[in-house]
Amino acid sequence: MATAAATQTKNKSVLWDWLTTVDHKKLAVLYLIAGTLFFVKAGVMAVLIRIQLMTAENDLISGQVFNELITMHGTIMLFLAATPLLFGFMNFAIPLQIGARDVALPFINALGFWIFFFGGLLLSMSWFFGGGADAGWTAYVPLSTREFTGSGMDFYALGLQVSGFGTLISGINFIVTIINMRAPGMTMMRMPLFCWTGLIMSILIVVAFTPLAAGLALLMLDRLFMGQFFIPDYGGNAILWAHIFWIFGHPEVYILIMPAFGIISEVVPAFSRKRLFGYSAMVFAVILIAFLSFMVWVHHMFTIGIGPITNSVFALATMTIAVPTGIKIFNWLFTMWGGKITFNTAMLCASSFVPTFVLGGITGVMLSMAPVDYLYHDTYFVVAHFHYVIIGGIVFGLIAGLHYWYPKMFGHMLNETLGKITFWLLYIGFHLTFFIQHILGLIGMQRRIYTYMSGQGLETMNMVSTIGSFVMSAAIILLVVNIVYSAFTSERITVRDPWDARTLEWSTPTPIPEYNFAQIPQVRSLDPWFYEKVHGDGKMKPSEPLKDIHMPNGSILPFLMALGLFIWGFGMVMINMDVPTVVTGIVIAVGFIMTFGTMVLHSKEDHGYYIPLERVKKIEKEVG
Amino acid sequence: MAEELSKPFDKSAMTLQERAEHSKETRIQIISFAFMIGLTVLSFLAVGTEVLATGFVVPFILLLGVIQFFLQLFYFMHLKDKDHGWPNMLFSSGLVLSAPVVISLILLLGIVKW
Ligand code: HEM
Ligand SMILES: [Cu+2]
Repeated sequence: MATAAATQTKNKSVLWDWLTTVDHKKLAVLYLIAGTLFFVKAGVMAVLIRIQLMTAENDLISGQVFNELITMHGTIMLFLAATPLLFGFMNFAIPLQIGARDVALPFINALGFWIFFFGGLLLSMSWFFGGGADAGWTAYVPLSTREFTGSGMDFYALGLQVSGFGTLISGINFIVTIINMRAPGMTMMRMPLFCWTGLIMSILIVVAFTPLAAGLALLMLDRLFMGQFFIPDYGGNAILWAHIFWIFGHPEVYILIMPAFGIISEVVPAFSRKRLFGYSAMVFAVILIAFLSFMVWVHHMFTIGIGPITNSVFALATMTIAVPTGIKIFNWLFTMWGGKITFNTAMLCASSFVPTFVLGGITGVMLSMAPVDYLYHDTYFVVAHFHYVIIGGIVFGLIAGLHYWYPKMFGHMLNETLGKITFWLLYIGFHLTFFIQHILGLIGMQRRIYTYMSGQGLETMNMVSTIGSFVMSAAIILLVVNIVYSAFTSERITVRDPWDARTLEWSTPTPIPEYNFAQIPQVRSLDPWFYEKVHGDGKMKPSEPLKDIHMPNGSILPFLMALGLFIWGFGMVMINMDVPTVVTGIVIAVGFIMTFGTMVLHSKEDHGYYIPLERVKKIEKEVG
Repeated sequence: MAEELSKPFDKSAMTLQERAEHSKETRIQIISFAFMIGLTVLSFLAVGTEVLATGFVVPFILLLGVIQFFLQLFYFMHLKDKDHGWPNMLFSSGLVLSAPVVISLILLLGIVKW
């Protein structure tokens, strides 16, 4: 990226360049950095939680702080770590894989990032104003109403509202990009699976984040403006929250796993040296999973007492999800079957994803049997289940993707030896931490308790689990070390395609010029780059002559617009604080004016700029 | 090159045929708008005049609402036009996904409130 970036940004300072960028490749890096920061923050909380549970009757952490830790851990990991990390890879890879110069709406792309970022910041501010959110990531009422919880939950409602808005517009942007920006010949059924899962994830975001936004708005009204939607004493309905939350919540878990499925479906064929087995079945399975994921939310509410008929219907619906999931599992296995497999770090993560995810899926099907769920519900069994799918699925997928795309993103490889050690530490630490939690749950340890009595047979297994979490932390630290170490010691990569892979992103030069493709390629088959290597002359056929390239201008407005939302959200939280109403009003007004003022500024015409032909030719010579 | 994009055209860039289609489209929009206003007036009348029985008024208004909904989608939001396959697909999947949710919520949110 260095040379190409330098040609455009000579006269800008580095910081200003990153604050104003609308380039999908740079936003991808921003997403990865922000996601990693939140990941580390929530990871530290997780270790604190495990240290507290290491021994019986431990009084290191009070019950209140423990509640804050588990709530913030879950909320941050799902909304502010996993989602942006996945968005990072989607931002980077999807335009390249469909042969586009950028996403369809680069300004919205930057706006989505900054809104997510400031929303996350708003949620994190809660630590400095009376303690973090403390009603669980599910924020069940009545616990989360104004009667029982302090300003932490105000930050939760406003912070998630803001960051969810960012996620929503980014999702819309991906849909528009995939539908409109595909290169000539890139039909839907020639798209790499990562683009397909990205598209389906984005559609899920649009349909699922809207009920969340509505629910959070109701919660906010209840908490800040004396509303009573969820307060039974005033005629509200407490169950309504659980419904709204899980109507969003179950699709949310599939929003997260979809792109991870996509990454696995890219990495496995690349390192098995075979095309993906059953491409169209994979696409079909993804669509089916997305559809079904909206029909199963009551499986989180089996014990709420809705009744046996409803429970049975939703139990059956839940079990059917296992069918398309099984299709995907077998297709990955058949892709590896008979392939010439290279077990590097990316492939180790991708291939171990398969059995680990199967374990998580099986416990999922166990949980979906409504009568037995009375036994499992709110025990460590559930905790083990979702960590198997989330770490075994999403985190392994992310690390596979990181090692796979790293050379294209940063121009050098990650160290393989360190990478393999990272993988094994993570793999062992993960199973050590979470496998034993299945058993803990089965013998009756509830989740979300901050301490337990001695002499109930829980000590040893909790100790093992905590030790496992230390091993996992070591793995993550080693990953960070690897990134720094490789930046200094790894050789620069100048070839286009270090892995001898199959999809379009590997046909671009490394480092990628800011316009991605000097000429938009003509796509002739599924796995277009592989096709040209085998049947063509090893280069993509251009679909247009070399000419001036139209690019969007950078802009500081997304940053300011999002900052305005942050200030507005903070002002809203101040309503419940001990400050004069005038001050609160001023803060809210400042934020409001800032956001809408920058929108007015943005309505000024801006047609971007052109990179002249000679410049394009010069850059192409340099990197080619 | 970029500066020229902001300049106004002095003549229309559309062909005669395109312009004819354009004005036809405008006419359709206005007619459907008037029709929808009519529907709204009708539903207000149905309630306001208090001559019709409640048992009739509620389904009647719901029916008008459904008609409005589809008019909005197909005429105002152009779903009827050609090359609108994707918007059609996304709108209908939104409907398919949300209809069961709304229906089951209506059925499930009963008397028990906590
Ligand atoms: C075959 C697929 C799956 C099935 C059948 C399934 C089933 C279930 C059931 C029945 C529960 C509720 C347990 C209870 O609270 O008593 C549950 C909880 C959960 N599942 Fe899954 N699941 C599946 C896949 C996934 C995936 C792919 C993810 C995430 C990527 C996931 C994340 C979660 C989470 C986060 C919870 C706990 C929510 C909470 O109470 O805080 N599940 N699952
Ligand atoms: Cu679920």
